Amino acid sequence: MEQSPPISDEKAALQLKDISWWFLGIILIFVWAIYTFLTKENYQEAFNFIKVGIQITVKTALIAYAFALMLGLLAGLGRISKNIFFNNLARLYVELIRGIPMLVLIFFIALVGVPMLVEGINAFGVWLVSIGIVAGEALSGFGNKAFTMNGRAIFALAITYGAFLAEIFRAGIQSIGRGQMEAGRSLGMSYGQTMQHIILPQAVRNVLPALGNDFVAMVKDTALVSVLAVRDITQVSRLYAGSTFRFREAYVTVSVMYLTITVVLSLLVQVMERRLRKND
Amino acid sequence: MTEPRDMIVIKDLYKHFGNVKALNGVNLTVKKGKVIVVIGPSGSGKSTMLRCINHLEVPTSGEVTIDGQLLGKNEKALNATRAEVGMVFQLFNLFPHLTALENVTVAQKVVRGRSKEEAEEIAMKQLKRVGIPEKAGVYPNNLSGGQQQRVAIARSLAMNPKIMLFDEPTSALDPEMIKEVLDVMLDLAKEGMTMVCVTHEMGFARSAADEILFMDEGLIVEHTTPHDLYNNPKEERTKLFLSQILQH
Repeated sequence: MEQSPPISDEKAALQLKDISWWFLGIILIFVWAIYTFLTKENYQEAFNFIKVGIQITVKTALIAYAFALMLGLLAGLGRISKNIFFNNLARLYVELIRGIPMLVLIFFIALVGVPMLVEGINAFGVWLVSIGIVAGEALSGFGNKAFTMNGRAIFALAITYGAFLAEIFRAGIQSIGRGQMEAGRSLGMSYGQTMQHIILPQAVRNVLPALGNDFVAMVKDTALVSVLAVRDITQVSRLYAGSTFRFREAYVTVSVMYLTITVVLSLLVQVMERRLRKND
Repeated sequence: MTEPRDMIVIKDLYKHFGNVKALNGVNLTVKKGKVIVVIGPSGSGKSTMLRCINHLEVPTSGEVTIDGQLLGKNEKALNATRAEVGMVFQLFNLFPHLTALENVTVAQKVVRGRSKEEAEEIAMKQLKRVGIPEKAGVYPNNLSGGQQQRVAIARSLAMNPKIMLFDEPTSALDPEMIKEVLDVMLDLAKEGMTMVCVTHEMGFARSAADEILFMDEGLIVEHTTPHDLYNNPKEERTKLFLSQILQH
């Protein structure tokens, strides 16, 4: 008879522990932010100024991620390839990118890599003309202006994240048992066909949550492109803060914007993860 | 009547994995329509020999000829030959992201270039043959071991192979499921399929095998009929091995 109270105590403690207090904190921040944006004129002004950057931020993240996926898949296949050239090239790419800070890479690719590429293309054009394959001024109009800073920023992010995604794809492919490749090959399918129809569908499914998490990380890293004067929400909020000296409004607004995007995306990744686990 | 033609010819086959000498000069000829059972202690090279026949393992030296085609380094020719040689694995190796039906159709479409309809028709025919047409839409994880192995056999048969290789097809099965797989193999043997089976199922060897090989240390120690092997094995090693597996 005397034993029931301790049990109910334990139950209460368990419930307290089970509540996601951190999530409650995030919700409180959102409630406070919505209330502030609805009631305070300064914040409304900052919000309206900064929101024009949302399109650039979202566009940059989506396009760069799409290219990073392709690059990452290619490099990931290279990392497990038995072809010495392809394998080493992929390894070199991954090690180079992972060994340099992302901020430096963005400067380097946008301000050194792209001009070098343009020079190379132009030299190639001159060579084509000199050996008479194309006539006249072919490719000579192809200058540095052909690449906008936003384009270069996307290029830089794609190359950087391609190296991270390569390692995810590699891990995913290596998580699939050897027997799957053997079964495919024993049926007469080539290495490429077995990869495409048997290994990759399973590998990609296994790494979907990891790919999702890296997309969230990339959304945050688009802030780095503001150093190239690309008018994303970070750059626009800096401009706003600089011209009005309302630092608090500017950086509260931009932080809430990032938080909104990343929290929603993270929740989606969690839902996806849970659903995939249930299907296993 | 002419002699049936040679389907598999293995000449001086060696396979070394670093210091491990898995095969030490194997010679074997399998005629069309023959059923060969391979027995031997673990590590004797049975599976390695089987995997060399379709070059899943590339031999260190030696030659394998499948129905007149010498297997070489040319990937395209190798793929074409592999499509003619079905293989059934100990752990089934079904594709878990595909249904039973899709497991049986995927290689037909990719390798044989069959249309979806044609491939599905053939797949259903093969699933009926192995006795589980009602499982066509089920994923491998929801099938029993015996059912999975039968889907794997159907997957190989759908390619219309000339030869079937079985690598301990019942070793990973619960006892009550062994018979359903062996029955399918027996039917295949009766229909005249050329088969090489690594298995210790002595009942199957007795009723289906034309020839039986005893392997040890990477060599074929004895090559005879099942009847002769069981009743008067010539080699000491064979006697010892048989006494160990037939004791119970």
